[in-house]
Amino acid sequence: MNARTILEKKQLDITLDRLCFELIERLGDFKDTALIGMQPRGIFLSRRIKEKLETILGKQNFLYGELDISFYRDDFRRGHDQIVPSELKIDFTIQDKKIVLIDDVLYTGRSIRAALDALTDFGRPAKVELLVLVDRKYSRDLPIQPDYVGVAVDTRTDDKVKVDWKENGKKDAVHIVTNA
Amino acid sequence: MKKFSQRHLLGIKDITADDIQLVFETADNFKSIINRPIKKVPSLRDVTIANVFFENSTRTRISFELAQKRLSADTINFAASSSSVSKGETLIDTVNNILAMKVDMVVMRHPSPGACQFLAKHVKAQIINAGDGTHEHPTQALLDAYSIREKLGDVAGKKVVIVGDITHSRVALSNIICLQKLGAEVMVCGPSTLIPKHIESLGVKVEHNLMKALNWCDVANMLRIQLERQDIKYFPSLREYSMLYGLNKERLQSLNKEIVIMHPGPINRGVEITSDVADSKHAIILDQVENGVATRMAVMFLLAGM
Repeated sequence: MNARTILEKKQLDITLDRLCFELIERLGDFKDTALIGMQPRGIFLSRRIKEKLETILGKQNFLYGELDISFYRDDFRRGHDQIVPSELKIDFTIQDKKIVLIDDVLYTGRSIRAALDALTDFGRPAKVELLVLVDRKYSRDLPIQPDYVGVAVDTRTDDKVKVDWKENGKKDAVHIVTNA
Repeated sequence: MKKFSQRHLLGIKDITADDIQLVFETADNFKSIINRPIKKVPSLRDVTIANVFFENSTRTRISFELAQKRLSADTINFAASSSSVSKGETLIDTVNNILAMKVDMVVMRHPSPGACQFLAKHVKAQIINAGDGTHEHPTQALLDAYSIREKLGDVAGKKVVIVGDITHSRVALSNIICLQKLGAEVMVCGPSTLIPKHIESLGVKVEHNLMKALNWCDVANMLRIQLERQDIKYFPSLREYSMLYGLNKERLQSLNKEIVIMHPGPINRGVEITSDVADSKHAIILDQVENGVATRMAVMFLLAGM
């Protein structure tokens, strides 16, 4: 087991700042826009982004939610561990909103596919964009690409990308764990 | 990693407190789903479930069926009264014939205690017990405990009295086991003819005076008198039963505290509970019905996902 750090705390912070400014550049005043973090691991990122945006733009009422995709996964009953759902918090309607889906790592794209299905059960969004902290390039099973990328990495299929947060009891950092 | 410990849900006595908590946590998600505009998720779209009912049921059958539909499962309903059972077919043959049509899960209600255990041993499908005779009714116990948790925050440490026909009640037995596994204290209350001998061996208190029981408890679960299961007379008249064990407004108001009133349905208004109590804010009878769908969704989701 070999762990290689690709983002340390400081770089991660800069990356998050850049992502926030990209969001502001593209979305302006966030009118009719909702940020939605994906359970279970994307919510640390989405909560950070929300905090940072509030620091940059001043406290305002962002539409913010957290989406659980357990019931929409395509690997249910396909020999995986028991799927245990996480909490879902979306207390606004999605109808005609611009949605920014936020997750930590984009790999096969299957979670995002499930998230798109789950979202449409809350209404018909005007637009859905995708923000990820780590894009594992050339590893997609589905035609899904991110709109905002923290860092893009080349990985092998047996590598693991680990994102640690201080909210999770660890130091902020992104590692690639190699099985070599 | 959290995991449901059993392949079937035959009775509460087979599952652990962790299993029950897992059902509750999962049911929380489903409860929010059934309260949003699109009340459906696609999880069980490749699962076929047969509801096999050898005994009448309205609430439980509808609740299961709705839960299955909310999970996008395909369902078939089978009622013994209109089937080949009346032509002499055995239970295993009946169920195997259903399974030959590629059914993954069977929800069964049967008048004989142990029918679900028997079936689980002899057929391939996953079995959910929807009530077997006077034995167990696990999903009812789960939804009752879930409703207590929802109303009072937790089940542990709460005092629950089950009033009425304990002898003939599968709801009582499943409830007793479930509540005890979750750390609640349980009392049963009713005329001595309707309380099984040696029930103390389950670790429950026994009380024959309703007022004493009500003064002791946080939650009162009022059971229906199951006249259809009583082959002999266990008490002189319904009117006398109602006078001694019926819950009415006066009794409720004479307590110096608020208690939660539950009833598994169907209600015999004016017998075990009067209308003004059943329709009061203390009663969570309709919450129980709503929670029934959510907990049954949770059970089927967890079993199907293993």
